[in-house]
Amino acid sequence: MSALPKSIDDTAARLLEHDYVADRQLATVVFLALKLQRPLFLEGEPGTGKTEIARTLARMLDRELIRLQCYEGLDLAGAAYEWNYGRQMMEIRLAEKEGIGRDALAAELFSERFLNKRPLLQAIDPRRSTPPVLLIDELDRADEPFEAFLLEVLSDFQITIPELGTVKAATPPIVVLTSNRTREIHDAVKRRCLYHWVEFPNAARELQILQRRVPGVGQELARQIVAFVQRLREVELYKLPGIAETIEWTRALMELDALVLDPQVVQDTLGVLLKYQDDIARMQGSEAARIIEHVRASSQG
Amino acid sequence: MLPLQQGPGHLAENVMHFGRVLRSAGMPVGSDRVLLALQALQVAGLERRSDFHAVLSACLLDRIEHRELFDQAFELFWRDPDLQGRMRALLLPRIEAKDVQPPVPENRRLGEALFPPRGEREEPKPPEPDEFEFDATLTFSERERLQKADFETMSADEWRQAQRLLAQLRLAFEPILTRRSRRANHPGHADWRATLQAMARHGGELWSLRWRKRRSQPAPLVVLADISGSMSRYSRMLLHFAHLLGHADARVESFVFGTRLTRTTRLLKSRDPDVAVAEVVRTVQDWSGGTRITECLHEFNQRWARRVLSGNATVLLITDGLEAGDASALAFEMERLHKSCRRLIWLNPLLRFSGFEPRAVGIRAMLPHVDRFMPAHNLQSLAELVDVLAGPPTPQRVRTADPSAA
Repeated sequence: MSALPKSIDDTAARLLEHDYVADRQLATVVFLALKLQRPLFLEGEPGTGKTEIARTLARMLDRELIRLQCYEGLDLAGAAYEWNYGRQMMEIRLAEKEGIGRDALAAELFSERFLNKRPLLQAIDPRRSTPPVLLIDELDRADEPFEAFLLEVLSDFQITIPELGTVKAATPPIVVLTSNRTREIHDAVKRRCLYHWVEFPNAARELQILQRRVPGVGQELARQIVAFVQRLREVELYKLPGIAETIEWTRALMELDALVLDPQVVQDTLGVLLKYQDDIARMQGSEAARIIEHVRASSQG
Repeated sequence: MLPLQQGPGHLAENVMHFGRVLRSAGMPVGSDRVLLALQALQVAGLERRSDFHAVLSACLLDRIEHRELFDQAFELFWRDPDLQGRMRALLLPRIEAKDVQPPVPENRRLGEALFPPRGEREEPKPPEPDEFEFDATLTFSERERLQKADFETMSADEWRQAQRLLAQLRLAFEPILTRRSRRANHPGHADWRATLQAMARHGGELWSLRWRKRRSQPAPLVVLADISGSMSRYSRMLLHFAHLLGHADARVESFVFGTRLTRTTRLLKSRDPDVAVAEVVRTVQDWSGGTRITECLHEFNQRWARRVLSGNATVLLITDGLEAGDASALAFEMERLHKSCRRLIWLNPLLRFSGFEPRAVGIRAMLPHVDRFMPAHNLQSLAELVDVLAGPPTPQRVRTADPSAA
């Protein structure tokens, strides 16, 4: 386990060491979350590096990453714990054979031995030597009742199991929650967290990210890609391409041995960047050519 | 928790005051958030102004919509020493310079929050009291007549009575199965946890299995109401109706559109339907103006659909569909709307004319993309709408919506 960063600058530098190019504001929020031991709530468009920050934090601090992917209908049994009914049944049969008394059986049947631990409970296990990074991903995909389960974990880093008692983390884990905002998350959850809206990066930062994430990309190609994507985000599309798409696209273009952007290769690979047929139809042909023209003109000028 | 230390100067006081300013500008900033901000400031240090901004926004902000307001408040609050003077200037009525642009609404709201005018605060007008005692025993024929009267031609009294009748509608919502479960008495999914608890209590004897079943909830509703001149009375009644639905059982999101789209969900939260609808009318600026259906639908699809149409929503679209613009663009937006919701019900008051035929280009463009096409010009048609909302299967829960009893 590595030590926590000492200042905002230190946070930014260490994130950068692990190839995460954070702007100053994000570095500030991350630093605060670590220092104040508060969960970090990240909201933003898909593909802007929200999940990646949790992964980077785990690597940077040398801690285990525990990930809880949310989905509709996710409940305590999937998120926190479930009793191992099969083993409990077996225990009952054994108890019958051995003639163990009722009270002893009742006490034994709901002990920790029979508990299947799911991500939330794993993250706050008091026997852990180093607290992990807990990533609760795409919280907006879970339904509202699930948020209520989280409240106890987020504020006190503990879970109460009716049959067993309260399990509380010895040292609080680092918690990162992400949301794509397909619905509004309840205030009670947000209130317990530090909030940050993750923006699309500006051109300079996107170029830096690209060079770090796709080593070996030609300078001119990278510059043109970034300029193209930045222009694309100004067009009113149904789904704007995120950084994840930019990186994917760069890899695709490198596979095709493209050195610069030209209308044909853009046309062929647009599906990597845009994920809606309407958006692709809109950008194909003259529109893409126009942007490429613009990108080239600006590089010469 | 870190102990809070009083730094030199008045930082703590100022942050507290800043929190109060944000609160009165309409942002939900509790005192716990202010305390958190103070802790965070101690940890982060105060070297740079941008860090200071980042720290405060991480602690005091909890949704992106408020960021602009926050930024403006931050700029005003933490920069200018002569804040009061500036705010006073901002709030003073500009008598001599009439052609000067009025301050942006956000600034105005902020201005009032930063420097509240004393004493002469404009109280919101209470809704006018009913002038006569409502006679609850309407005769049968009166009832009958009201049921079929067109909202457009109702007198003020009839309008009020119609609202009462509307409130008496028995509402039922189509139940949608969720992926959550609850205890049940009948065999279905076995509830192993409860079963084993029971077994443990009885010394391992299996008395009876316990069961669970899927939980259902009413289908959420999204109301899109056209408030252009020709539609305004129908839309007003539909907003009353939406208010009713929202206070009965269902989750209701509502939007109104004329020349632009406005979200009115929060405005309809008020208990009293008259106050709620009056609030909508007051806030929305393009009430009874023109209409641009295509642009508004486009904006809805682009900005809101992904956020409010999750969870199998039913969309109620009330408009006459008389759009002058490009029919293919309208058809495109309708198709997208239709594909992203579970049911799209179009309420068109034009259907009140018995010989109505969809001749207008706009209507013909929209029609292929709706699941139901219904009139909404009188109480009877709204009652039919309730039946449609209850869905084909027999409703599981029936509840009367009576705002006075709520």
